[in-house]
Amino acid sequence: MENNNRRGFMGKAFGAVAAVGAVGSLVAMKKTWDPLPSVKAAGFTTLDMSIYAEGVMVTEKWRGKPIFVLKKSERLMAQEKGNAAAEARNIKIGNDNFMVAIGLCTHLGCIPAFRKDEGNFLCACHGGMFDASGLVLKVPPPRGFDIPPFKIEGNKLVLGEVGPEWQAMKDNGVTL
Amino acid sequence: MAHFTKATSVKDWLNQRLAIEKVEKVMASEYWIPKNINFLWAMGMILVVTFVLLLVSGIFLLMYYVPTVDEAFDSVNYTIMREVDFGWLWRHVHGVAASVVFLIIYIHMFTGIYYGSYKKGREMIWISGMLLFVAFSAEAFSGYMLPWGQMSYWAGMVITNLFSGGSLHANFLVEWIRGDYVPAQAFLGRFFMLHVLLIPVAIMGLIGLHFAALRIPHVNNQDGGEIDFDVESKKYLDGDKAGSKVMRFANDFMSKDMMVVGIFLIFFFYLVFYNYGFAMDAVNFDPADGLKTPTHIYPEWYFLWSYEILRPFNIDLGLVLFGFAQVIFVFLPFIDRSPNSIPANRRGTAFKVWFWLMLSNMIVLTAMGKLPPEGMFSAIGLVSAILFIVQWLALPIITSMEKKV
Ligand code: HEM
Ligand code: FES
Repeated sequence: MENNNRRGFMGKAFGAVAAVGAVGSLVAMKKTWDPLPSVKAAGFTTLDMSIYAEGVMVTEKWRGKPIFVLKKSERLMAQEKGNAAAEARNIKIGNDNFMVAIGLCTHLGCIPAFRKDEGNFLCACHGGMFDASGLVLKVPPPRGFDIPPFKIEGNKLVLGEVGPEWQAMKDNGVTL
Repeated sequence: MAHFTKATSVKDWLNQRLAIEKVEKVMASEYWIPKNINFLWAMGMILVVTFVLLLVSGIFLLMYYVPTVDEAFDSVNYTIMREVDFGWLWRHVHGVAASVVFLIIYIHMFTGIYYGSYKKGREMIWISGMLLFVAFSAEAFSGYMLPWGQMSYWAGMVITNLFSGGSLHANFLVEWIRGDYVPAQAFLGRFFMLHVLLIPVAIMGLIGLHFAALRIPHVNNQDGGEIDFDVESKKYLDGDKAGSKVMRFANDFMSKDMMVVGIFLIFFFYLVFYNYGFAMDAVNFDPADGLKTPTHIYPEWYFLWSYEILRPFNIDLGLVLFGFAQVIFVFLPFIDRSPNSIPANRRGTAFKVWFWLMLSNMIVLTAMGKLPPEGMFSAIGLVSAILFIVQWLALPIITSMEKKV
């Protein structure tokens, strides 16, 4: 009887030690899978916005992801006039309006192709479509292209840094 | 201490220490197999052989494969394929086996469903089998990342994105799985580890569990009839071999098994030498490029049916139905409410139709998953996907109305 009590106690004592160890090792394992500090630090890209030509879609790179940059032409601006959702997504640099967005389909992350003549994007993976402002034209994508955090510095755009314009877009639900 | 005597032979020496005779009986000569079974019962043995082929070819590939984003592609497509003598052989064996193993797994699964081999004490066989299916799927996916071609990269992108959970936007989880914002070195490194160590070890453990689960209920038979293995094996051991309904696993039944394995191996090596192309996607012979998506992204053929259940719906519904399709097979023993464990064709019209419809619908889903998601194909895919879900929801109802036969 007395022995059984002692065995019970020893069992519980071991259980407690093992539980602490198990939690500790789970934390270590989780952290080992986290992105490395060097990966996180390499997260900024500066774009010179004065070099883009109107109506030509250019793909830049930020955090390994493609970034679509489209300087809106008169025609595109006229087309979207009155469409508040589209206008809210424009980034103004001087007198120019830009669409800058992460070029990954919000469905499952393929890169949609820009179709110059139609002025829209088609995702080949599951047939999703986006307009020139990055809004969804055809499902399955659940929302328009995400807009990367940016900060306007003169005619430069720093991706990865949060500026007031981006913060406003985020607060208004224009991007995630 | 146990009592040991001077050994009379090597066998006796081992017997005293390892009880090899007893082990041999339990595992082979007195492991009883019903006589009333057909070649479909050899699929399990074919799967074991195919796993060994994967293991051996994988070990040789591993000697030259370099798991870095800069060198992986060349180490496979140049070093292994051109420099290493017979390197192509290991790669083709590995690629063809990875594809064919799923064909056999599907045959094995549908054989189990047809003959009701997931019922009456065989539930653990079924569950451990489905866990093996999951483990093999993870093994195939992680292996597909390794050559670091365009399909590796984009399949990695799309599949890891599933973990954002649609509108849950769990991007932190996706980035955690990748170890980066996009698939890159951290991603390749961890999938390499999974592919060559953790998942193969898990597979070996699961194969052990699958076999252990078989030992007590024994394999089913063509009529699904219950066999009293104690009575029948006694009859056999007492000399009435013809009258007994069972036979020894080794060497008697195994000789038939190996005959089917032989035929399989001829077919297998025919594919390896003359028709390996189907197992190597042409798009994956372009190195990974994070700034260019291939025009059509589709998984290997064995994932197409579940991919087609994801595709036609909006992302949240798609994910829910896809998740449903992934796990529902595991629960088959509990969803099938009928007490009958006999071949599907003898269980009455409802289940008979259910079975053949499920089989053909999965073939249709597979075909549609490969075709571009446009027009007619989108429509057929949508109908098939809905049918798949409806069939599973209907199963408990039609099986509880089934008459006991
Ligand atoms: C312990 C066993 C295994 C080892 C050591 C191993 C090792 C490897 C290595 C080093 C590669 C990269 C070279 C290449 O692409 O050909 C590879 C590729 C691959 N493995 Fe495995 N593997 C094993 C088991 C499996 C299993 C069980 C499956 C599937 C069911 C599988 C599926 C694949 C696939 C689909 C590829 C890509 C093949 C290709 O694109 O050519 N492997 N494996
Ligand atoms: S990833 Fe673009 S539609 Fe699915």
